[in-house]
Amino acid sequence: MTSKLNEKQLVDSPPLTNARGNHDEITDDLFVAAPLNLALQEEISKPSVSFWQEAFHRLFRNKGAVISLVVLLLLVIVALVGPSMNEHTYRSQNIAHSNMPPKVSGLEWLGFDGKNSKGIDVYETQAVEENYWFGTDEFGRDIWTRVWKGTQISLFIALVAAALDLVIGVVYGGISSFYGGRVDNFMQRIIEVLVGIPNLIVIILFILILEPGIRSIILAMVITGWVGMARVVRGQVLQLKGQEFVLASQTLGASNARLIWKHLMPNVMGPIIVTVMFTIPTAIFFEAFLSFIGLGLQAPLASLGVLIEDGYKSMRFFSYKLIFPAFVISAIMICFNLLADGLRDAMDPKMKR
Amino acid sequence: MKRYIVKRLGFMVITLFIIVTLTFFLMQLLPGTPFTNPEKLSDSQLQILNAKYGLDQPAAIQYFRYIGNLLQGDLGYSFQYEGRTVKSMIIDRVGPSAFIGLQALIFGTIIGLVLGIVSALKHNTILDYGAVTLAVLGMSIPSFVFAALLQYYIGVKLEWLPVALWESYESTLLPSIALSVTVIATVARFIRSEMLEVLGQDYVTTARSKGLGEAAVIIKHVVRNALIPVVTMLGPLAVSIMTGTLVIEKIFSVPGLGEQFTLSILVLDYSVIMGITLFYSALFIFVVFLVDIIYGFLDPRIEYKEGGQV
Repeated sequence: MTSKLNEKQLVDSPPLTNARGNHDEITDDLFVAAPLNLALQEEISKPSVSFWQEAFHRLFRNKGAVISLVVLLLLVIVALVGPSMNEHTYRSQNIAHSNMPPKVSGLEWLGFDGKNSKGIDVYETQAVEENYWFGTDEFGRDIWTRVWKGTQISLFIALVAAALDLVIGVVYGGISSFYGGRVDNFMQRIIEVLVGIPNLIVIILFILILEPGIRSIILAMVITGWVGMARVVRGQVLQLKGQEFVLASQTLGASNARLIWKHLMPNVMGPIIVTVMFTIPTAIFFEAFLSFIGLGLQAPLASLGVLIEDGYKSMRFFSYKLIFPAFVISAIMICFNLLADGLRDAMDPKMKR
Repeated sequence: MKRYIVKRLGFMVITLFIIVTLTFFLMQLLPGTPFTNPEKLSDSQLQILNAKYGLDQPAAIQYFRYIGNLLQGDLGYSFQYEGRTVKSMIIDRVGPSAFIGLQALIFGTIIGLVLGIVSALKHNTILDYGAVTLAVLGMSIPSFVFAALLQYYIGVKLEWLPVALWESYESTLLPSIALSVTVIATVARFIRSEMLEVLGQDYVTTARSKGLGEAAVIIKHVVRNALIPVVTMLGPLAVSIMTGTLVIEKIFSVPGLGEQFTLSILVLDYSVIMGITLFYSALFIFVVFLVDIIYGFLDPRIEYKEGGQV
């Protein structure tokens, strides 16, 4: 079929003509050979780009990811600086100033006007000089300070939990896949059972046993959290192990340590980073969730979940108590998810979703 | 296929057994007693109560007794509500949970499918960006935060729908909507990426080149093939709905299982916590199993290999 077509094309193709349609012969002397410089043949005209440079380049072209990164950095800075921006601490109470609505001079048009749900300016009626930017709770604690202190704690819990997941998951998944065989088989059976158990229920049961507090929340989340990381690492290593460059290195007598650190780790790094970035928002969610059902931190400590729970209880008349922590947690979650999406696309452009 | 199903069933039983054992011994470690005001009870009263519930026996005996009862479908008695069996409490409460859960699943899947399909067909247009933004918001904002805001703005401020309680059909709407947000976002994102992948497949080009109308290509070839993997999302979705019901039922005072679970946790009603834990776990394991089987029927390319993994 194709050969016939080609013959036909050859027969039908018009004789060589130039643009004006003159039937001038095109002779060889019209052409000049380009200089062949053997020295330049192997020259690379652009600087070579490493995988990470390329990934960062792609990441920074992703507007959503860049904006998320900036917003996250801002949120972290405010969370660190915010609590010391006024003289209140997260636990200092002032009953005389309880339930003050938020007030910021200059931002009255945004709702920071110090008026309560009945439209009365409480700051005037109670002759309060000072402005509470995010208002106060029923004990007169400054919500601005508490929100940022809570953000600190929530982020801390999430980061530590993600770091522990990372270490356990990488070690477990790495050992399981690197040694393979019976070891792998046994370790995978354990994972299969763990995956079958709904992790929220395990988390709740463990929190019930441990003393409530930051440490037990982290522990409870890590107990099931590492499984995802272990599976990612195992899958990646199994795939890499069969590839030629690893075999070549092995044939050349590379030690296991060298194989792991020089060949496997750098190539598994991308998926690991992406998984960590998705673990962090999940951990923030679980912390808030546990606090919301009453298994979180104990007063007067505040996390975003605790604040949301407090705010929820009194949202009918003091909606600002709910709105600020709800806004901060949503912003953090959105940014982490977008950044993680961006990183995944940047590290593995084929996987673009 | 048959071998695979038998193997999976075996695994399910083992997993459930491990969960039973784990929860039982975790419950033993729990601080405090399940009785209200234990400090007001005298020693002899406590002894009588412990004997009544079998708590005076060693843990091993309690454990075997529990397993034995469990095999006969007996989950024991509640410590909090005198004379109520855990089984009857679960049966009473599963209805509302199942109702809002299924309603959220159906509602969320339909809207998610529409959003995902539209955004894939209008790839890189404002519609697409809008749908993607919505999906990211839905994935990111915790369901209970959304539920609380929904309750405040729709229920309290606008008074369009009942704020809480379980009285009429209208009162099921807000909790279902709150639960469906995650479903919408997950399904929309998933179907969008599947559609984009299928749209680039050779068989779609073939269908177009043989002169099929665009609508027929989309409906017969693209959507149908993109839908198959969505089935795999049912497992994670069921989990997210179950997680969601724990808090959302609390927020909207729905008399469901999730509300009972959070209540029992706060008063340390051991037997009810265990019963509901087992119920949730069994449900979860069963859904995952079902999804794998259905997926195999829908997509003949899937093979059931040795080793239990699909």
